Amino acid sequence: MTVAAAFFYLFSCVCVASAFMVIASRNPVHSVLFLILAFVNAAGLFILMGAEFLAMILVVVYVGAVAVLFLFVVMMLDVDFAELRQGFLQYLPVGALVGVIFLIELVLVVGSFVIDPALVKTPIAAIPPASEMSNTAALGHVLYTRYLYFFQASGLVLLVAMIGAIVLTLRHKPGVKRQDVARQVARTRDTAIEVRKVPFREGV
Amino acid sequence: MQSLLADYLPLVIFIGVSLVIGLALLVSPFIVAYSRPDAEKLSAYECGFNAFDDARMKFDVRFYLVAILFIIFDLEVAFLFPWAVAFGDLGWFGFWSMMLFLGVLTVGFIYEWRKGALEWD
Amino acid sequence: MAAVPMFALAPALPEIVLAASALLLVLIGALRGERAAGLIEALTFVALLVAGFLVVTQGGERLETFGGSFVVDAFARFAKVMTLVGSAAALLMSGDFLRRAGINRFEYPILILLATVGMMMMISAGDLIALYLGLELQSLALYVVAAIDRDNARSSEAGLKYFVLGALSSGMLLYGASLIYGFTGTVSFAGIAQALQGEGHAGAIFGLVFIAAGLAFKISAVPFHMWTPDVYEGAPTPVAAFFAAAPKMAAMALLVRVFITAFPGIVDQWRQIIVFVAIASMALGSFAAIGQRNIKRLMAYSSIGHMGYALVGLAAGTAEGVQSVLVYMAIYLVMTLGTFAFILSMRREEGPVEGIDDLAGLARTQPYAAYGLTILFFSLAGIPPLAGFLAKWYVFAAAVEAKLYTLAVIGVLASVIGAYYYIRVVKIMHFDDPAGAAFTPMSAGQKVVFALASIVILILMLPGAPAPLNGAALAAARSLF
Repeated sequence: MTVAAAFFYLFSCVCVASAFMVIASRNPVHSVLFLILAFVNAAGLFILMGAEFLAMILVVVYVGAVAVLFLFVVMMLDVDFAELRQGFLQYLPVGALVGVIFLIELVLVVGSFVIDPALVKTPIAAIPPASEMSNTAALGHVLYTRYLYFFQASGLVLLVAMIGAIVLTLRHKPGVKRQDVARQVARTRDTAIEVRKVPFREGV
Repeated sequence: MQSLLADYLPLVIFIGVSLVIGLALLVSPFIVAYSRPDAEKLSAYECGFNAFDDARMKFDVRFYLVAILFIIFDLEVAFLFPWAVAFGDLGWFGFWSMMLFLGVLTVGFIYEWRKGALEWD
Repeated sequence: MAAVPMFALAPALPEIVLAASALLLVLIGALRGERAAGLIEALTFVALLVAGFLVVTQGGERLETFGGSFVVDAFARFAKVMTLVGSAAALLMSGDFLRRAGINRFEYPILILLATVGMMMMISAGDLIALYLGLELQSLALYVVAAIDRDNARSSEAGLKYFVLGALSSGMLLYGASLIYGFTGTVSFAGIAQALQGEGHAGAIFGLVFIAAGLAFKISAVPFHMWTPDVYEGAPTPVAAFFAAAPKMAAMALLVRVFITAFPGIVDQWRQIIVFVAIASMALGSFAAIGQRNIKRLMAYSSIGHMGYALVGLAAGTAEGVQSVLVYMAIYLVMTLGTFAFILSMRREEGPVEGIDDLAGLARTQPYAAYGLTILFFSLAGIPPLAGFLAKWYVFAAAVEAKLYTLAVIGVLASVIGAYYYIRVVKIMHFDDPAGAAFTPMSAGQKVVFALASIVILILMLPGAPAPLNGAALAAARSLF
């Protein structure tokens, strides 16, 4: 178990450090790269907990797609980030004060309460042991049948995201000529050429 | 749990080896290579005259649209994995449940196709 | 072979009909393009009416499906009818404005429809996951709708601001939900209520606070209100009209359901939060609105204040309190829809106007509109014997019955101060000299909503007229306890 513990501390330290660097680094592109590092380490933490499927989804969806999207957005914005940070130092004392107050409150509250053992119940549906069923299969057994409602609702959420992205960002440049295969194929000799009798020495 | 983590041992070794090689290649030039930079050497080369502006340029918003449409279908595929793994046990109910989900997203797909969101004009 | 669950679909029939018609309309829009905008708008309206009919005919008993994630009781039916009325009315009066502004895209009614599906899922949520999914479906559609006038910088700013702050509040809500799940081991409201009997547990209360913060954002209660004035002002007016009505109703219903059914054992703990939020919202709604020059910003502050009054009823924590919240929200919905129907019609030859000063002399140029608007504004101010007064009376009575005397007194004081700016608008309409030409005539949809709202407010003045509304609200409130 000590190896697993060592990996836990490795992953969580790198994760927290890179999360800090996301907001601290001067170059937004570097921020995105640190974000990817944070995602990868979070995936490592998921594996340590035995949640393989979530770990892989984190790598595939977040590292593979969301981080790329972030890069596009960072590249899309024509913002001078050095200038943006000018005001940062002015607000730093106030922000730090609020942060410290929150931290003290958090320590006071979290430090003072003990978790009532009676309160922490076991989940309603017991998770099958990993030796019997793999993580992915265990999800598959409940997601599409028992949690049908949530599954279909997330389908609708994805649909709204799709419509929203297109409504807000899609625009077609006017006057662009596109290839329309159907129209090309539908052309006949009559619609394509015109035969004119040209009188001699007069032109069309 | 232990056996599950043991499965990942090759991955750990792989990452370890690649880290060592990568770091070695990064660090060794600092130690061995000869370098004497000056302002002219470090400036961007733009056909002989001074650089006009930053090398970073604005991306078109269409890249973003393509990326977000990709993410949506990426998520759809992510939902397909557990379904495929558990398919044998799910029966017709699970099958039609997934077909309904795919149907909803197919409606979205038809919409984006007809809107021309997949074209690059 | 996993056991195949069988879910009854009948309780969710209105939602299924709405979702299916949304899919169908997306297809029609995709295949026919912008030509179909008018057709889609009409069909969306019909779909909302059909769903309303289905909700009404569901009967009175409590139905559950999808393993308890989806609950239909009298409370849900009442809130759903109100939400559908809000969405349908907002759609009815917005077509003309959008056409003139050149943003009548066919996606607009579809997004309204999908947002309404989300709202109905929120109202019927029986556990935390259903709550979150409904909320996200609604919010995501609303973010897009706020920025639908994408060539207008203010509209884009409104959408972006709403999105960033909304995502933050969703994050808080999720964090709270995960804490609650961690401490109780269940996501269902009934299960949480069972696990949290007895004295409060610090961890669960932490979660409760985060959930309250996330939901307070959605009803724009202080201190999570800062997006409201900017979004109302920046978004196209039909969108602001929609935001002020249906989503508020749904989010308030969700808030009531979460607090009453999931946390009945720790009323004393959440009552403090609600009392604070209610007082802050009432005070801010009264004071901040005084200096406003833009009628949409005024309505934004007015809606913040009204959410505070409605929360007074929830603070009571009794069936009468919940009844008063429902009655308040129903009357608020009518008043705000009527007022926005008029704001949508504020347009001169050169384009739409939004200044309060533009209303000057309305009594001389358009006497009927001025009298209708006067009724609505007096009602919003809570002047007896109009419906707005009745609504305030019920919530304060519920607070007094629950021995929350300070809260009730502060509420009365806030409503007296708040009356000032409503009456100022009425004064400008009746006693100032006309500022310019008369507004162009209202569209048919705006006329219908405006006239109906004014008439409903007048009818509720008659003795005995509020009885059916009170009865329905009481039955709805009882179904939660």
